[in-house]
Amino acid sequence: MLSNGSSVKDLILPNGGTPAGTASPASSSSLLNRLQLDDDMDGETRDLFVTVDDPKKHVCTMETYITYRITTKSTRVEFDLPEYSVRRRYQDFDWLRNKLEESQPTHLIPPLPEKFVVKGVVDRFSEEFVETRRKALDKFLKRITDHPVLSFNEHFNVFLTAKDLNAHKKQGMALLTRVGESVKHVAGGYKLRNRPLEFAAIGEYLDTFALKLGTIDRIAQRIIKEEIEYLVELREYGPVYSTWSALEGELAEPLEGVSACIGNCSTALEELTDDMTEDFLPVLREYILYSDSMKSVLKKRDQVQAEYETKLEAVALKKEERPKVPADVEKCQDRMECFNADLKADMERWQNNKRQDFRQLLMGMADKNIQYYEKCLMAWESIIPLLQEKQEAK
Amino acid sequence: MEQAAPDPERLWQPAPLEPLSHPDAGLESMVGEETKGARDEGPGDGTMTENNFSLKKIEISVSEAEKRTGRNAMNMQETYTAYLIETRSVEHNDGQSVLTDSLWRRYSEFELLRNYLLVYYPHIVVPPLPEKRAEFVWHKLSADNMDPDFVERRRIGLENFLLRVASHPILCRDKIFYLFLTQEGNWKETVNETGFQLKADSRLKALNATFRVKNPDKRFIELKHYSDELQSVISHLLRVRARVADRLYGVYKVHGNYGRVFSEWSAIEKEMGDGLQSAGHHMDVYASSIDDILEDEEHYADQLKEYLFYAEALRAVCRKHELMQYDLEMAAQDLASKKQQCEELATGTVRTFSLKGMTTKLFGQETPEQREARIKMLEEQIKEGEQQLKSKNLEGREFVRNAWADIERFKEQKNHDLKEALISYAVMQISMCKKAIWDVLKDCAVLFFFCAPSGRKKS
Repeated sequence: MLSNGSSVKDLILPNGGTPAGTASPASSSSLLNRLQLDDDMDGETRDLFVTVDDPKKHVCTMETYITYRITTKSTRVEFDLPEYSVRRRYQDFDWLRNKLEESQPTHLIPPLPEKFVVKGVVDRFSEEFVETRRKALDKFLKRITDHPVLSFNEHFNVFLTAKDLNAHKKQGMALLTRVGESVKHVAGGYKLRNRPLEFAAIGEYLDTFALKLGTIDRIAQRIIKEEIEYLVELREYGPVYSTWSALEGELAEPLEGVSACIGNCSTALEELTDDMTEDFLPVLREYILYSDSMKSVLKKRDQVQAEYETKLEAVALKKEERPKVPADVEKCQDRMECFNADLKADMERWQNNKRQDFRQLLMGMADKNIQYYEKCLMAWESIIPLLQEKQEAK
Repeated sequence: MEQAAPDPERLWQPAPLEPLSHPDAGLESMVGEETKGARDEGPGDGTMTENNFSLKKIEISVSEAEKRTGRNAMNMQETYTAYLIETRSVEHNDGQSVLTDSLWRRYSEFELLRNYLLVYYPHIVVPPLPEKRAEFVWHKLSADNMDPDFVERRRIGLENFLLRVASHPILCRDKIFYLFLTQEGNWKETVNETGFQLKADSRLKALNATFRVKNPDKRFIELKHYSDELQSVISHLLRVRARVADRLYGVYKVHGNYGRVFSEWSAIEKEMGDGLQSAGHHMDVYASSIDDILEDEEHYADQLKEYLFYAEALRAVCRKHELMQYDLEMAAQDLASKKQQCEELATGTVRTFSLKGMTTKLFGQETPEQREARIKMLEEQIKEGEQQLKSKNLEGREFVRNAWADIERFKEQKNHDLKEALISYAVMQISMCKKAIWDVLKDCAVLFFFCAPSGRKKS
């Protein structure tokens, strides 16, 4: 029951009729779409838009690869021109991500789709694979675009604007962020005393989260496998009605109708299974990768804290310097507190985005399922008049 | 009833030809509907004539099934299922029904009844019994005859059989059928006393043996071909359908695995928790919905099975015609050769080879008296033969006429019943789709309302 006393049922069905009766084929799915769209509208003004599209295959002597077009539109002063259009390949994205990890170690960097693909099992140049990858790369750049710190990163700028990225790669740009510089030098190996509760909680959360997603991924794969096997049988089932129809007189049309109907349902199922593979699985995998990279950022944070704690302890033993805290310990403290603040902010942002993404994912899957049932419904409803038709006496 | 023992000869008269639009036509279509709705334990209607003078409306139902143990013919203990058959007569005025008879029968007795009907009504497409053993099973369905689901479906099938017989214009008048419904003890002996097993044409069992028939009625040949094809296509359909059911079951059950993991995931989430719980719950409901869906489909499969077996009965009628025609042609051939022999003896010319002719050549001519005797014998045989041929011809034509009438009746019944079966199959699919859509929407609403982000800002 909703707070205003009306039931969900009344709210959802536009006709207000009984579930078994009313919803016309178009309405259920489009209703769901309306619910989703409302959510996407952001009241904020944006000044940076990035899109990945137009994959193209390049065949060279040494290798064959795909490039994607990156279109940038921005009013930011960091960009010389209002619009850019460049071509990038996967390894360029990989380079960008590495640079971001190096230069912004206190932030959570979004994941890239898997780098290595087992040759022979997956066709790297198939339309489905390329499209799935394109969507993931687009998501990657959009996440960076939405980040208040990462979007201003100079490597990101170069990635979006440089005509010749390889030249920039060779240069190896200087890093300017204060924390980044120093964190790079953290040797590690310090023992952590007190992990703050909130970071411990985040760590545990991510462990369980990745585990559950992994299980869901496995179940989803199994469902797809079962659906494919079901489809194989359906594809044999439908045509038998056709064979039968050829034997009959009055029953010929009805039987042929049933055969066509089952064929339509089979096609609808195939589309649903494809959607699951193309839309559902990649997001699960992406968040598992995200969790992994976040865990390593957490580890780095632990290291920074550990270094500070160790140094602080060392100072506490030297009683002479007690009233005044040495500069380098202060620096450590700064580093740690910055890291903690950045991470906290990023975690909150991540949680929000995660919630949005999964809501969209689950709603999207629900919508695809509804579409599947609507297609089947339409197929069966359309043959009822055919079945009920009275044939003229021969 | 009045008579002590039924006279088989009385019952063996082929029934007079009836026009298709006879008073019982309405009842037949009711049987078709009854088949569809026979899952609920509703009784069926039939019309019985007693003494050809009174028409009473009766309702027949197979209302219960019970496991029994007893001793079989070899004095070994066996377990079997007995079915309760209840007959009610309906008073026209107030529609109230009164229980008139109730007795228990087992499957083998139904078989006995049917075998009897097959022998005494070879021109009728005799309604089939439900399958003896469970075939076309998919993994969750039991092939065990004692399984309660199988027993239940068999109960419905047996009821359907009785309703079909009761609503058949000719079969419903049969005395043995009447006794089957009313005389519990001694019925088996009564049937056996008709001597129907002796009357049975054993050649009918040899399905694939060919008999070279020169002038069969083309319609029967076509029909036999059709019945073969029908059997083949329905078998194929049932086999594939069972595999489809198996696979669909797998799809639904794997979805059930989602339930637990979504629940576990929801435990670590704050705002998303309720939405995920709802998703998990949805999956559980979805997974468990398959049992009802497949039970409904099993009913559809049973309707197809009935016509698979009906095709066999149809084939038997065509076969009977073939055999009758064969016998006729053989008799005609025999007569023709006897006539020729007679002619040769009379005129002294030997055109055909005969053993007598050979021995005559070897051992000398026969005496005129001997020859006269032989001619006389042949003439008598020819006279008999001509009579027999005439009656066989008449029988054959009568058979063709009556059989074809029943076949036309059967065709209409088949078209009607199968259309109804397809319609209810489509309706089943439609309601399944609608329910599925409703379930998704309902659970999505929770997802939407409880997954709403606390703040809209992304950065």
